[in-house]
Amino acid sequence: MSAITTAQTVRERAAGPLQFLRRRVGSWGLIVALLALPLYYTIHDLTVGYQAGLTASGHPIFHHNLTVIGINLAEGLSNGAIWALIAIGYTLVYGIIELINFAHGDVFTMGSFTGASIWTTLGLTLATGPLGLILGLTLTLIVTMFVTGSLNVLIERVAYKPLRNAPKLAPLITAIGFSFVLQNVGLLWQGGNPVAVEDLINNGHVLFNISGVPIYNRYVLAIGMLIPLVLALNWFVHRTAPGRAMRATAQDPEAARLMGINVNNTISLTFMLGGMLAGAAGIIYALYGANMWYFQGFQAGLYAFTAAVMGCIGNIRGAVLGGLIIGIVQQLCNYRLGTQWTEAVIFVYLIIVMVLRPRGLLGEETREAG
Amino acid sequence: MSELQAQLHEWLDALQRRVPAAPAWLGGRWNRPGIPLLLGILIVFPLLFSGTSGFLQATIYALGYVVMALGLNIVIGFAGLLDLGYVAFYALGAYAVGWFGSGFISGAHINVLAGPNPAFGIHLNFILLLVCATIVTSIAGMIIGLPTLRLRGDYIAIVTLAFGEIIGTMVINGSNISLFGQPLTAGNLGISSIDPPWFPGTGDFGLLNLRPWYWLILAIAVVCVFVAYRLRDSRLGRAWIALREDEVAAVSMGIPLVKTKLMAYAIGAAFGGMSGVFLASFDQTVNASQFEFSFSIFIVSMVVLGGIGSIPGSILGALAISYINFYLIPDVLNTIPHAIGLNFDLTDLSIGIYGFLLVIVMVLRPQGLWPEQRRKRELAGEVAPELTELAEPSAGGVTAG
Repeated sequence: MSAITTAQTVRERAAGPLQFLRRRVGSWGLIVALLALPLYYTIHDLTVGYQAGLTASGHPIFHHNLTVIGINLAEGLSNGAIWALIAIGYTLVYGIIELINFAHGDVFTMGSFTGASIWTTLGLTLATGPLGLILGLTLTLIVTMFVTGSLNVLIERVAYKPLRNAPKLAPLITAIGFSFVLQNVGLLWQGGNPVAVEDLINNGHVLFNISGVPIYNRYVLAIGMLIPLVLALNWFVHRTAPGRAMRATAQDPEAARLMGINVNNTISLTFMLGGMLAGAAGIIYALYGANMWYFQGFQAGLYAFTAAVMGCIGNIRGAVLGGLIIGIVQQLCNYRLGTQWTEAVIFVYLIIVMVLRPRGLLGEETREAG
Repeated sequence: MSELQAQLHEWLDALQRRVPAAPAWLGGRWNRPGIPLLLGILIVFPLLFSGTSGFLQATIYALGYVVMALGLNIVIGFAGLLDLGYVAFYALGAYAVGWFGSGFISGAHINVLAGPNPAFGIHLNFILLLVCATIVTSIAGMIIGLPTLRLRGDYIAIVTLAFGEIIGTMVINGSNISLFGQPLTAGNLGISSIDPPWFPGTGDFGLLNLRPWYWLILAIAVVCVFVAYRLRDSRLGRAWIALREDEVAAVSMGIPLVKTKLMAYAIGAAFGGMSGVFLASFDQTVNASQFEFSFSIFIVSMVVLGGIGSIPGSILGALAISYINFYLIPDVLNTIPHAIGLNFDLTDLSIGIYGFLLVIVMVLRPQGLWPEQRRKRELAGEVAPELTELAEPSAGGVTAG
C-alpha cells in the first residue's frame, strides 16, 4: 500500500500538464514498443523485400511477401512455448512467496538431463516406431516431471523454508547457491560442452505448410505440449481445493492460515507444480534442438523471468503471453540482427516494460510496482 | 544443527565485542588502540610472505573485492536498492583502464605522468584513471538508477540485472562497433598490454613483487572504508536509511527521493569503478568474458553473507568469499581428495562447494556474519521476546502454519 502512495506522489509531482500524455504512454507505450520490431520487418519485407536466391546469371532475386516474417513468427511462437512453461514456474513461486527462484532455470536443465537419461535407458530411437515412441516419451515425461517437481520441493524445504522470517535477500542468496550446486551436478553429469541427444521426433521434418511457412515436427511438439499443460494447470489452480488454497496463500498467507489452509504444504505444492512444468520444458527443449548443455538453464531462466515480468508476475496467462512474446522477439533478433545481440535486445525490452508498465501486460497495480 | 548454530553465533558475537568500534572521527567511539594497531599489522603483513606468494595474490584480489562490496553495500545495504547489475561498473572501470591506460586506442599519442610507455595510445597516471573511472561510473550509475525510481524491491533487481547484461553484451560485441575507425572494445580477445601503475619514485609495478600492489589496494580500501563510515553517518547516509526503512515517511519528512536514490547509485557505482581500475591493472588484461552476471552475484553474496548494511560485515564477507574462491578451494582443499586416495580434482566441484557454502551459511545465520547494529536491534532488541510474534504477525505466522 505504501508503495502505491509513494509512486503516485512521485508520478503526480513529475507529471504536471503532461499527465494525459503520460497516461497514454503508460497504457499503450509498451504495446507499441512490442509491435515495433515485427511491424518494422513486415514493412521492410513488403517494400524493400528480401533476397530469396540467385538467378542463373548470378543476379539476386528479391521477393516482396510475408513468408519470411511468417517463418520467424512460427519459430518464435514455438520457441516461446518453452520459455512460457519455465516462466509459469517463476510466476507461481513469485506469486506465492515473492522470491525470484534463481535455481529454477537449473531445475529446467535437470529436466533435460533426466529426460535424456530415461529415454536412453529405455532404448528409444527413431526406429522404435510411433506407438513405442509415444508411450516411451509419455513415460519419460511423467517420470521427469515427478523428479524435477520433487527436486524443486527439496530445494524449497532446504533452502527457502528456514528463511521465511529472515531478511528478504537471504533466500535470494540460497537460491543462487542452489543454482550453483545444480550447475555443478550438471557439469559432472554431462560434461562442460553441449551434448547431442537422440533426435526422437525427427525435429527438422516438415509436417505441413501454411502458405509457404513450413511447420516442423518440433513446432507441433512445443505448442502441442504447452496447450494441454497450461489447460491442466489452469484447471488445477481454478477448479480444485489445493488450487484454491494456492490462490488464497498468494493473496494473504496469514488470512489463509487462519482459514485452516496448511500454508507450508501449499507453498511446497506450488514448487512441485513449477518444477514439473520446468521438467516438461526441459524435455521439450532437449527434443526441440536435439541437444542440451549444463549451462542452458541460466539463459533460459533469465528469458523466462523476463517473460513472467512482462506478462504480469503472479499471473499464469501473463507468463504464457510473455513467453510467447519473448520467443518471437528472440527469433526476430536471431534471424535479423544476429544471435549475439538477442540477449541485449530482450533486456532492453525488459527495461521498457519496467519503465512504461511495471505491472506487466495483463497486470493490475501490485504492492511492488506502482 | 541448532547447537552448531548457537556456537557460531556465540563466536561471532564474542568477536564483535572484541574488535573496537571506529574512532570518533570515523563515527564511532575512540576507546581502544585497535585501529592503528590493525592498520600497522595490515601494512607489515605482506613482508611475512614472499613477493610472489599465492596467498598474497589472493589477498590482493580479496581487497579489490572489499572495495566492491563496500560500494554495493551502499546501494543494497544503506539505501535498500537491490542491485544485481553491479558488474556493469566493474566493466566500466576496467574499460577506463583499457581505453585510457593502454595502447588500445592506437591513433592517439597521449601520455600524462604514466611513466615509460610506448608512444601510441592514451596513457594516464593511475590516479587519473581512478578519477576518470569514478566520473564515468557515477554517471552510468545514475543512468541505470533512473528507470528504477518508480519501482521497489525485486523489480529494481530485475532492471539492474538487465542493465548489467546489456553492458556485458555490449563489451562482448564491442569489437564490431567502430567509432571513428576505432573498435569500442576488443571483445573476447581482450585488451592486453595494460599499463602497470606507475608513480614517481616507484617505477613500474611488476608481477615478481606483489607487495606494492598490495599496499596500493590497501590504501584504496582504507580510503573507501573511511568514506563508507563517514557517508553512513552523514546527512545523506541517514536519508538513505530513512528511505530504506519507510519511503513514504521519509519523503513526507522532506527527503528528496530522486536525488537521494541517485546519489546511492552513483556513489556505489564509483566504488565499483575504482576497484575495476585496480583489478584490470592487476590482471593486466581487460577481457569481455570477465563481465558476466555471475560476477554481480559474487559481490551480492559478499554483502549478504557479511550482513546487509554493515560495513565490517561487507569487509568480512568479501574477504571470506574471495579467500574461499581464490585460495581455499584451488590451493588448500584441492589436494585433499588425492591425500585420501580419491582420484579427482576438487576444482571440478568448486562452484558446487561455493553454492553449498552459501546455502549453509545463510540458513544458519540469515542476518549475516556481522549484522548491522540497527538491524540487530530490529530483529531482537526492541520488542520483548514474548511479544515478537504479536509485533510481526505476518513473519511469525507463516512458519507456525
